[in-house]
Amino acid sequence: MPDRYHIHTVLTPPRFRRIGKFGTVDWREDCSRCSNCVKLRCCYDVYKHESAHDRDPIAAIQTLNECKACLSCVQGCTKGLLNLSVNPEFLEMGDEYWKPDLILSTWNQSDTGKIPVSGAGYRGRFAGPGFDSIWTDMSEIVRPTRDGIHGREYISTSVDIGPKPMRLSFAADGKMYTQPSRLLEIQVPLVLDIPAWPIRQTELAKARAIAAKELKTVAMISARDAMQLPPDQLQFVVPIFHRDEIKIGGDLISLAGTMVQLLDCEDVAEMAEAVLAIKPQAIISVRLALCHGAADRIVGLSRQGIKVFHLCADLHGREQLGNGQPGRHIKDALREIHARLISEGLRDEITLTVSGGIAVAEHMAKAIICGADLVGVDTALLVALGCRVCSNAHPATLDEPTGVSASPCPIGVDSADSAYAAQRMINLIGAWHGQLIEVLGAMGIREVRRVRGEVGRAIFMEDIEKEAFGDLLQVPREQVGA
Amino acid sequence: MKIISDLDIELVQPLELDVERLAQSEWPQEIVNREIHPAPDRYRNPIGRYRINRLANCLACGHCAEVCSLGVHVKPDGYAYMLRPQDHLCIGPACTENGASCLSECPQKALTMLRNPSADCMGDPRWSSDLILSTWHQAATGDIPPSHLEYRHSVSGGGFDRIRFQFEIPRLSQDVLEKAYETNKSLRAADSIDTGLDLNKRDDGRPQVHIDIPVYGGGMSFGSVSIHTILAKARAAAAWNSFTCTGEGGYPDRLKPYDDHVITQVATGLFGVREDTIQSVRIVEFKYAQGAKPGLGGHLLGDKNTPAVARMREAVAGNALFSPFPFHSVYSVEDHKKHLDWIKEVNPRCIVSVKVSTPTDVDMVAVGSYYAGAHIIHLDGSYGGTGAAPDIAKKNIAMPIEFAIPKVHKFLAAEGIRDRITLIASGGIRTAYDMLKAIALGADGVVIGTAELVALGCVRCACCESGRGCPRGIASTDSELMMQMSMDWATQRLINLHGAWRKQTVAVLRRLGMTSIRDLRGRSDVLCYLADKPISTKDAAK
Repeated sequence: MPDRYHIHTVLTPPRFRRIGKFGTVDWREDCSRCSNCVKLRCCYDVYKHESAHDRDPIAAIQTLNECKACLSCVQGCTKGLLNLSVNPEFLEMGDEYWKPDLILSTWNQSDTGKIPVSGAGYRGRFAGPGFDSIWTDMSEIVRPTRDGIHGREYISTSVDIGPKPMRLSFAADGKMYTQPSRLLEIQVPLVLDIPAWPIRQTELAKARAIAAKELKTVAMISARDAMQLPPDQLQFVVPIFHRDEIKIGGDLISLAGTMVQLLDCEDVAEMAEAVLAIKPQAIISVRLALCHGAADRIVGLSRQGIKVFHLCADLHGREQLGNGQPGRHIKDALREIHARLISEGLRDEITLTVSGGIAVAEHMAKAIICGADLVGVDTALLVALGCRVCSNAHPATLDEPTGVSASPCPIGVDSADSAYAAQRMINLIGAWHGQLIEVLGAMGIREVRRVRGEVGRAIFMEDIEKEAFGDLLQVPREQVGA
Repeated sequence: MKIISDLDIELVQPLELDVERLAQSEWPQEIVNREIHPAPDRYRNPIGRYRINRLANCLACGHCAEVCSLGVHVKPDGYAYMLRPQDHLCIGPACTENGASCLSECPQKALTMLRNPSADCMGDPRWSSDLILSTWHQAATGDIPPSHLEYRHSVSGGGFDRIRFQFEIPRLSQDVLEKAYETNKSLRAADSIDTGLDLNKRDDGRPQVHIDIPVYGGGMSFGSVSIHTILAKARAAAAWNSFTCTGEGGYPDRLKPYDDHVITQVATGLFGVREDTIQSVRIVEFKYAQGAKPGLGGHLLGDKNTPAVARMREAVAGNALFSPFPFHSVYSVEDHKKHLDWIKEVNPRCIVSVKVSTPTDVDMVAVGSYYAGAHIIHLDGSYGGTGAAPDIAKKNIAMPIEFAIPKVHKFLAAEGIRDRITLIASGGIRTAYDMLKAIALGADGVVIGTAELVALGCVRCACCESGRGCPRGIASTDSELMMQMSMDWATQRLINLHGAWRKQTVAVLRRLGMTSIRDLRGRSDVLCYLADKPISTKDAAK
């Protein structure tokens, strides 16, 4: 058996002051200076950390960002002077998709590389749009797991990228027609994708290349940025080529790893031929928008011999607008594409990557259940570096995937040292990998490849809601204002 | 031939003697009074929904104390100044609607009211701040909470929070009221409504186990919560003739005076499972999985494995202890039956409960458990749980209990065995109304965990594990933190909570024209679902 895959996470403190969720409001003037102060009794020593700055000017200013809101001090203060309030700075972070709690949790994972653990049950909404309306299955008594996640059996998270011919074909003289299979095996079902909005890439691209090598996956980097990288870092890089860049990219194609990604356009097939002329063993992947009609395009390109696709959804995991159709969520679009490819008899030959809106570890598992082979991670990698998904985050277009934004990043996420940034990314993916193992272990599935399209091992809100509550009297929700 | 039959007799006789010996626990059983009396918040400053601020221009005329009937403003005899407003008693704007309020009557206009920001820091969509405050109120008084707190459901936007009794909907309630009035003319006295359950429906010669309320306490292991919490749960269970559960990890000696109200758990790690503990209880529970971390097993961190915990678990102190998933001796229903037979043989007077989580095939699991000989099938939905669990497992793995109850109830009914097994639901039962909805969807009764902890003062900060453990002293074994709460106070809080829940149960049953909680089981026709767009069974059949 090969070595077990393991991600080396290293505690990596954030570059910026943490933005905590809670802060106390304190009317000190009425304080009776009693000897029983709740601030001394805080079992997390939050007040002590906060006041460290009073004694030592070099100490960091902590404005109660560690407070866990246990309310012991608020309820215990002799004169009732303390109040707790939700930090408005915290609430301002992110947007309707990247909620503040999600950003904070991503930061924690990038600090430590540990999976988030907490007590007291689930705290969020019952279900939500998109991935939040899916539950994954677990196995029990009648279909038990053979061994739990702490058991001896290895749970594999590796996937193969590349054309997978279903059969061999031979000429009359016995010569084999079929090209020998060229597969790129990556150890986690995700690739480090380009950011979803224009941002300076000098350090970020390098960081992704370093992280990809450590994680045994690949980093997607635009050809223009990849050309700036030192050649020894190109092995785990997939350059993304624009139509016009193919001619000048010969060196890059031969130096980079086996996979090359091409932006979808009319003559993408010719581009593929040009790449194969330079590097016959290259794996050609086509990057296209996840939009209405994507399934047709995939089937069409597949007939022309392209078997690896990267579907880009928008920032929030919806289809890109096209033909005036409202964008569905990735899960619905993917299930349709997956089913279509099965009915065309093409599914097993093709590798599908989906990116856009993959924000937490369960999105990865659920996208794979809905039919992707692997996912691309974009915004989460920036959040790992301290990004708050502020209003400067304007989505890029497919034609202009990277570049310099008009308004610079307010926290300078693009200036982080590449080795440091890579470790934060490795930590985050390490935590995600751990969480994926939890999901697979609970399902009793020991290989992520077997999860692809396993919708039978998932529970979908629209189905289960009908099954459970379809026979109840239906009352319109607005009628009771719920 | 003769020898064999002699042997048979020999085998049978000691067993029957054992039954005699075990008919009662060897320990004298303590009796706890089912008496409701006030158990106010244990902190100096109770938290309320509203906050009253008094400005410095107050003349201490005491007029506000005369106006307010709730006791928010107090000027004790002989005092020159007012006490700090007892604003946790304030009911907020509803008060001003009735005319005179302290705000309008104050001659100095020195009083202002606002929502308490600290109260808004508590809670989340599953357990809203209102729900926590109202659970505290129920635990403090044993009574139904005041109307300014929404105590029946939360704001999670799904499941129980989108299910209502039809009488709760203004438009529908008129018909429902009339119908109910017809049927329950004879129902007047509170005592005529029965909230009890018989847990053994198998008719297999094993003793009947009756509980007086359709709810018992969930498993929390020795080491995960303080001994005061464990004992308070057991004492409240004794008071209400119900049960508490040891969880995995042993049976502390101090629980033995409550043996008759304890369920002991046999979980995958088999920690603390001993013949004598199994023999001294009336219900033994097999834990296959738990809703908070379905399919993942347990993990006691090395730090929590203190010498006392290690002794109980017969392990080495300081080592992390894993409870694997699943039972490595159970890979089929036949194996499952062997397991149950083993326990039934060790304790011939117990009944057996099987606790499982909620996979897609939970209905098959339930039927399998029935045929394996279980008396109780206990479904633990994925949104509940009190222990530390990976966040990813809490939301995403296995279905919420609201979906699992009707699925299993209907399937057991179709198999013709619904009345032969007790269906218990847990994992996200937060309020009395959740419990009643669960029963109307098809459960016989429920198990609660978090609601009891909230009654003891939990604010759901979710830090059960970090640092020295629970800062409120509920789920901590830290000697200093756990002393924040006395056992007597904790017992009274839980007795009060169950008292308040029973009051609500009785009120709802009377409203529905039913005399017993058993009449409500599976009566989903008294419920309605708040739909975004209509969903119907016709579509579901497609």
